[in-house]
Amino acid sequence: MPSPGRVGKRRTTAEARRDAEFAVFAAGAGGRLLHAALLLTGDPEAAEDLLTAVLARVYADWFRMRAEDPYEAARCELFRRFFYRPWWRRPRGGVLGRLSAQERLVVTMRYFEGVAEEQTAAQLGLPAERIRTISARATATLRSSDAAGPAAGHGGAPGGRAGATGGGVAAR
Amino acid sequence: MSLPNRRDAEVRRLLDTRHPMVPLDLAARAMARGRRIVRRRRAVHAVLWVLLLAAVATGIVLAVLAWPDRPAATPHDGPWWTG
Repeated sequence: MPSPGRVGKRRTTAEARRDAEFAVFAAGAGGRLLHAALLLTGDPEAAEDLLTAVLARVYADWFRMRAEDPYEAARCELFRRFFYRPWWRRPRGGVLGRLSAQERLVVTMRYFEGVAEEQTAAQLGLPAERIRTISARATATLRSSDAAGPAAGHGGAPGGRAGATGGGVAAR
Repeated sequence: MSLPNRRDAEVRRLLDTRHPMVPLDLAARAMARGRRIVRRRRAVHAVLWVLLLAAVATGIVLAVLAWPDRPAATPHDGPWWTG
């Protein structure tokens, strides 16, 4: 906190306003953002770390985004940070435990956050067909593992079996 | 935009669980870290401004001290492109 004697009064009031607005925003959006981070990383501690870094960045950029939605900015930052993570910090576990990092990202963006396919493609720098392929594969993996039992967790989910499994589920 | 189908709805249902509990001090921690980022940015900006002003001042001083009083008169006897 900058001392009020040294900095100007206007900056002090702006900081106080930012603190108040940011506290309201974090209280409102924290749960959903933490849920998204948890889906991405699969580990509560890593999710908290990721979300703390994201929120810190949002706090720092609070005055820069004039008319933007802070939630949108936080979401973008969350996905960007997860996208540029080094390979040795691979996510494991969680609901999406059997997906790769890229599949987790696409599934979370498209199905949890409801980002449109084209926007997802633009944000990740991939063609839209690729996004469609990735999400189809991830969906098949998720459904096959779901049909096999959520607690089973055995390796090797062949994508070719997804249709057969789906048929079995539909027949029951 | 693809049409909503059953598979997507299934995955959405899988993801649609309760939000996890947010730790109480998470916002405060993020705020402290954000303040650190702001302070660092401010310091970097200050250093860059000081460097810029120093460079401008140095340039002015050098120009004042080392400016030639009279441009050296060069006889123009070469071809036109040599000036």
